[in-house]
Amino acid sequence: MKPKIAFFDFSCCEGCQLQVLNLEEEILDLLGQVEIVQFREAMTEKGEDYQIAFIEGSIQREAGIERVKKIREKADVLVALGACACIAGVNGIRNTMDFKDVGETVYGADMKYFPDVLPKALAIDQVVKVDYYIPGCPINKYEFVSTVKALLSGVEPKLPDYPVCVECKLKGNVCLFDKGKFCMGPIIRAGCDAWCPTHNEGCAGCRGYVPDPNINSAKDVLERYGLTVEDIKKEFTHYLAAQETSS
Amino acid sequence: MKNVDLDINVHYITRVEGHGNVVVKVKEGELKECRWEIPEAPRFFEAMVRGRKWPDISQITSRICGICSVGHTTASLRATEKALDVEISEQTLLLRKLLLHGETLQSHVLHVYFLAVPDLLGAGSVIPLAESHTDAVKMALRMKKFANDMCDLFGGRTVHPITPCVGGFTEVPTVDQLVAWKKRTVEEFVPDAKATLALLKTLPMPPFDRETEYISLHRDDEYAFYDGQMMSSDTGCVPEEDYLGMTNEFVVPHSFGKWTKHNRDSLAVGALARTNNNFELLSPMAKDAAAELGLTPHTINPFMNNVAQFVECVHCAEDSLKLLDQLIETGIDPALSVDPPITPKAGRGVACVEVPRGILVHDYTYSDDGEVVAANCVIPTNQNHNNIERDFEAYVPQLVDEGKDSAEVQQHLEMLVRSYDPCISCSVHLVEL
Repeated sequence: MKPKIAFFDFSCCEGCQLQVLNLEEEILDLLGQVEIVQFREAMTEKGEDYQIAFIEGSIQREAGIERVKKIREKADVLVALGACACIAGVNGIRNTMDFKDVGETVYGADMKYFPDVLPKALAIDQVVKVDYYIPGCPINKYEFVSTVKALLSGVEPKLPDYPVCVECKLKGNVCLFDKGKFCMGPIIRAGCDAWCPTHNEGCAGCRGYVPDPNINSAKDVLERYGLTVEDIKKEFTHYLAAQETSS
Repeated sequence: MKNVDLDINVHYITRVEGHGNVVVKVKEGELKECRWEIPEAPRFFEAMVRGRKWPDISQITSRICGICSVGHTTASLRATEKALDVEISEQTLLLRKLLLHGETLQSHVLHVYFLAVPDLLGAGSVIPLAESHTDAVKMALRMKKFANDMCDLFGGRTVHPITPCVGGFTEVPTVDQLVAWKKRTVEEFVPDAKATLALLKTLPMPPFDRETEYISLHRDDEYAFYDGQMMSSDTGCVPEEDYLGMTNEFVVPHSFGKWTKHNRDSLAVGALARTNNNFELLSPMAKDAAAELGLTPHTINPFMNNVAQFVECVHCAEDSLKLLDQLIETGIDPALSVDPPITPKAGRGVACVEVPRGILVHDYTYSDDGEVVAANCVIPTNQNHNNIERDFEAYVPQLVDEGKDSAEVQQHLEMLVRSYDPCISCSVHLVEL
């Protein structure tokens, strides 16, 4: 029997599900190996019997906490899909701000209509246990394929435990610091194949910290290359705000 | 309306981007409740960009939506460039237009083939069609890959593009890449578009007409996507800076997305609004496709939005060939686009861009050191919410009188919602200045 997998989305842009749909060359093969029982963005059927749940997005409402707990109960394996699910992503920027002010800025007095919005955006593992992570904003679709392959063959999916710089060097890129740009690559987990630096754009940290990041050293480097303390704080709260503030 | 009872409650309609609910209650032939609900959690982008600097804004606001991230990026960059008085080169303009065409193609192909066509073929998704209509599905996947590869070429990545930056790009394609892309457009996409036209001719849209106000961008010299004036089919054009007078966002209790209205009780944006307002400016092949599929400059059946999207695919492909020819003829000079020097200054910039689902507005006010002090984004799907609900009110009695049972009414209402291609993640960003 083919394993049943389901996709669920919480607060996000749904770009990571779109990355799955963007597997134009692999998707038909994938469908031969698994049975997709829920994928609201792409199909009407809604099966409630599944072994593997992929969860996209952050938890931003009380109702989301209950919903994700139910999914956790049903799924044998739960995988966080993308930056919003893994580390709260850009949703976490508001975690550094006063919640009342954030609500009033966007909705004014109408904020009263939304009583169950949480004061902070939460990554999935801040609510339930997450078994595996596919980081990124958006995800690297080939990392999704390799994770599914590993799960189907009973192998533990593993993320690289080295920084983006390693992949960037392997590609032979000129370091962006030497081009006068800024980059979070030294402390961010690889696996994206240095996607942004390869296109001449500094890493913003969407895949989260590499294990044991030397944050102070990274801050020193950014300062040495001309960023102010205020600017550095912004770099560290673009994708990483919830990781920083969740302790 | 016939003397029937209906109780329809669709929690999280499928095959749309984001979360929406349909609630319809009919008692003894009288419409008691009729709601299009948006329960998606709000995301507070306009608050989150405050205090952030100009180079980072488009990389944050593109995350409002994965499907139209190129559109958000484009609107964001144009708004920032206007605020900071940054001029872009002709080369940058042409490359940006190509990138935007890539996204329109990607989004329209995804919607028409993967979200709408399954309804017309009586399937719950594209998955069973992979067996019953293998060639069509393979062609759809090929067309989608073409569009994604186009975004990769002109933006570095299809979901959340990497290379577009304030004033230009972080890198640009070579002339050789442009020549190869032109060849692929002619040899691969154009034949697939012709085959799609033949398929769509066999799939008539459900009959349902309702007059409404259509709002789109408009230019006299081209079919407007990248910029233009805001045009109402009722009241004519206003400059993009005056968008607030046309969008009039307001909050309703059952929705996290804001509602809008302008000259009537609702308005529509998107592909059908654009083809209605700008029909004469479509490319020759697109006009031919429209004629074959029964799309006219005065089409008021919302289901025809699916057809309008396909006609725009033809237009975008044909217009891309024109843009590519211009760039190939002049050659690519990276110095005209790559990482231009920018000096921040205080100011406000408003940019309207036609994204797949309609007009997208980004509006930023910057401080003199280049930090956002206020932001507003108006999202196309929000502008359609109200129109969708008004459509429900007119369509439910028609369906009941046609003798449809509860399940059929529900199915047609879901199809109606899907024909608007709503993008609900986008719609819950929200803000006021």
